[in-house]
Amino acid sequence: MHSCFREMIVETTPIPAFPLKGKEFHGIPSPSGGGLGWGWFKTLPLLYAAFGVFLLTPINIAAAELRIGLSGEVTSLDPHLLASQPNLTVGRHVFESLTDVDPQTKLIPGLAERWRAIDVTTWEFNLRRGVKFHDGSDFTAEDAAFSMQRPLSIKGSPGGFASYVRAIESATAVDAHTLRIKTKYPYGALPEDINSILIVSRKHALNAGPEDFDAGRAMIGTGPYKFVRYQRGDRLELARHDNWWGKAPAWNRVTLRVIPADPSRTASLLSGELDAIEHVPSADIKNVNKNNNLRVTQTTSWRTILLHLDQYRAQPPGVTDANGKPLAKNPFMDLRVRQAISKAINRNAIAERVMEGLAVPANNIVSPGVFGHNAALKAETYDVEGAKKLLAAAGYPNGFHVTLAGPNNRYINDEQILQTVAQLLTRAGITTRVEAMPMSAFLGRVRKEETAFALLGWGSFAADLALRSLVAAPNPEKGYGAWNWGRYANPKVDALMEQALASIDRNKRETLAREANTLAMNDLAFIPLHHQVVSWAMRASLSYTPRTDEFTFAHHFTPRTP
Amino acid sequence: MLNFTLRRLAQSVATLFVMSLLVFTGVYAIGNPVDILINPQADQAEIAQTIARLGLDRPLWEQYWIFLKGAFSGDLGKSFAASIPAIELIFERMPATLELAFMAMLIAIVLGIPLGLLAGLKPDSWIGRGIMAGSILGFSLPTFWVGLMLIMVFSVQLGWLPTTGRGATVDVFGIPVSFLTWDGIRHLILPATNLALFKLSLLIRLTRAGTREAMLQDYVRYARAKGVPESNVVRVHVLRNILIPIVTVVGLELGSLIAFAVVTETVFAWPGMGKLLIDSINVLDRPVIVAYLLVIVFLFIFINLLVDLLYTALDPRVRLKGAR
Repeated sequence: MHSCFREMIVETTPIPAFPLKGKEFHGIPSPSGGGLGWGWFKTLPLLYAAFGVFLLTPINIAAAELRIGLSGEVTSLDPHLLASQPNLTVGRHVFESLTDVDPQTKLIPGLAERWRAIDVTTWEFNLRRGVKFHDGSDFTAEDAAFSMQRPLSIKGSPGGFASYVRAIESATAVDAHTLRIKTKYPYGALPEDINSILIVSRKHALNAGPEDFDAGRAMIGTGPYKFVRYQRGDRLELARHDNWWGKAPAWNRVTLRVIPADPSRTASLLSGELDAIEHVPSADIKNVNKNNNLRVTQTTSWRTILLHLDQYRAQPPGVTDANGKPLAKNPFMDLRVRQAISKAINRNAIAERVMEGLAVPANNIVSPGVFGHNAALKAETYDVEGAKKLLAAAGYPNGFHVTLAGPNNRYINDEQILQTVAQLLTRAGITTRVEAMPMSAFLGRVRKEETAFALLGWGSFAADLALRSLVAAPNPEKGYGAWNWGRYANPKVDALMEQALASIDRNKRETLAREANTLAMNDLAFIPLHHQVVSWAMRASLSYTPRTDEFTFAHHFTPRTP
Repeated sequence: MLNFTLRRLAQSVATLFVMSLLVFTGVYAIGNPVDILINPQADQAEIAQTIARLGLDRPLWEQYWIFLKGAFSGDLGKSFAASIPAIELIFERMPATLELAFMAMLIAIVLGIPLGLLAGLKPDSWIGRGIMAGSILGFSLPTFWVGLMLIMVFSVQLGWLPTTGRGATVDVFGIPVSFLTWDGIRHLILPATNLALFKLSLLIRLTRAGTREAMLQDYVRYARAKGVPESNVVRVHVLRNILIPIVTVVGLELGSLIAFAVVTETVFAWPGMGKLLIDSINVLDRPVIVAYLLVIVFLFIFINLLVDLLYTALDPRVRLKGAR
């Protein structure tokens, strides 16, 4: 199995003569989150072309200060209010969770040194001893138990972390360093879920609302950094927590700047005002690499870009014959048509041209290295003739017409992907019209069930969790298929996914999850396109292990000799 | 005078009401903020609970009615994404935007009026032509592009000024301002220049046109014939007379500077209200969008009132006709 983890310097190539398109995107776990559409920024590469070489002010590592440019807007410092990646990014500097994940999304101990399932619905977490909060008080199981309950108690929460604690029946402190969690049903993904629940100090958070966190009063965590100052929409300043249990970070002061506009974030790095930035625009990577004072690290992200197909309506909207008349039956329900669509898409061209190398062709619900990934599933090869044959066999020798909808401000180069897919499908006989719109409007359309063929991006820790949301037959009672827009339904996949989630044995669970993933992919529950590649740019004197989950952590940056 | 002010205020309330209704329905029509904000792992039940928790499951008229009731008691609702009062969010960001807008206007006035006057007095000289040619650039180049160019030249290439963000602030009467610190001024120069550019060109053109017209007036010829020194002619007779349209435009444009500093704020990552608005629109954070637009409408009304009052000071012939 090839490793998804690589740290590499992209090779230097001359600036292309045509305007490359860069698009800002937010690292919020898909599909939620506020993506901003700065279509008017697409000319930045031309600016680079005009300037060519950059100057860079010398850096001062000795100051031990690290300034990072983040791409997503932080809405609140309250770690339990809104489950968006930018909010969690800043939260994880100050707070920690019981379970942690390494850069390749593998679960590792966090505030809990180890955990085990006592029986199918009871988990016991042995908490790390000697852990101190920023105010000097001891971290105990009471704080952990309190933090498990807090997400549900916030009034007016826009749907934050309740999803991660919904399986929890009760969380009780057995003693100061043992937390027992009972689940409502056998649930193997509990360690994954509570990774997103940051542990706050019960003393300081008991009566605290979001405003207390924003003001810093309740920002008392156990994490590597202490709150210093927060200016909403601009920056969060942090100071090293010298009593942290982990290996002391290299930086005693950290400033996290929020700069959602791509060119400005890159410019701030180029000018030397920032030491590192996340989400380097695809068009800027080559240029950043030309600069000897800078470097880029990247890895395959956990975010998979896919196309949902309507598989429940007899006459889905936008699907017609050449004359605009509805078809006799829904073509997407025919596996051969789904295969034809998959074959007609040139994933390598999308990865290399549209994504400028920032994508890995996919045939999996989760990225390489993620729990439940099946490395044996290779991305479908581009085969127009094969696609045409399959269409003819399915009874569509002359193809048909479809409308492909998707966001234009959410994922890397999303609108260009839509356009490219549409052209490729049209070439194979399926005349495709594109409807690209801002994410907010797009999700509105989806909710009204006005789309039959739609693009979505998804990032997940585990295949079974992704299947539960994306592929399982929609079932509000069980909470399945909330994002299964096409209402694909396959009892075999559902059964495997259910068994996987109910398994507290991780090996067994992964085998089942992988099997369910394989089944769903072979049946093309949706059309997988690619896994995104995520990149960071930094001074040549810095090193960062790129993370599959796209998080940017100051304490993981280390000095290096250029 | 009092009558005039009162009538203006009544009009304002009506405008605010219509505005809130339009924005409210507009945002409602786009989609549901919960779809964007919700954790992707959420199941159907949680999505429904969240929608109910935010009151978005009620019919539109009922949501609007709740908003109106709150608005009359001074509560414009809580931001969905930040869960703190929308108006607080806006006031927190307002000083940064006001500072930027005033600085931009100052640059536009300090440079625009003298340059316009010069171009008007010497329309055929190379300097007059040069100023006019420059103002065309100011008009036609898109703000974001100029902003990026400023960053590339003055920050990245020359390294003179910071690229983005707001500098160190000091509190004046509890309001954080950055123009009193050196770091703050350094951060302010580029965005303010960027924002000023369009207004600068506008003022140059306006002043030039006014000057050229005034120079042909009888009173200017008469003053000259009387032997009044040219500098006095310009200062007393020309400038004073062309100031009225300029004040009107400066007033109106100040409003638009405050309201539409969005692009500049985004390019320079300036933590002002404009950036807040864009972020809120992207997640359909309705309480913030509505509150922002109400604040802006109020600001426009207030500035217009101020401009009207300023007229009387500048031109004694103008009377505010309250009881027409």
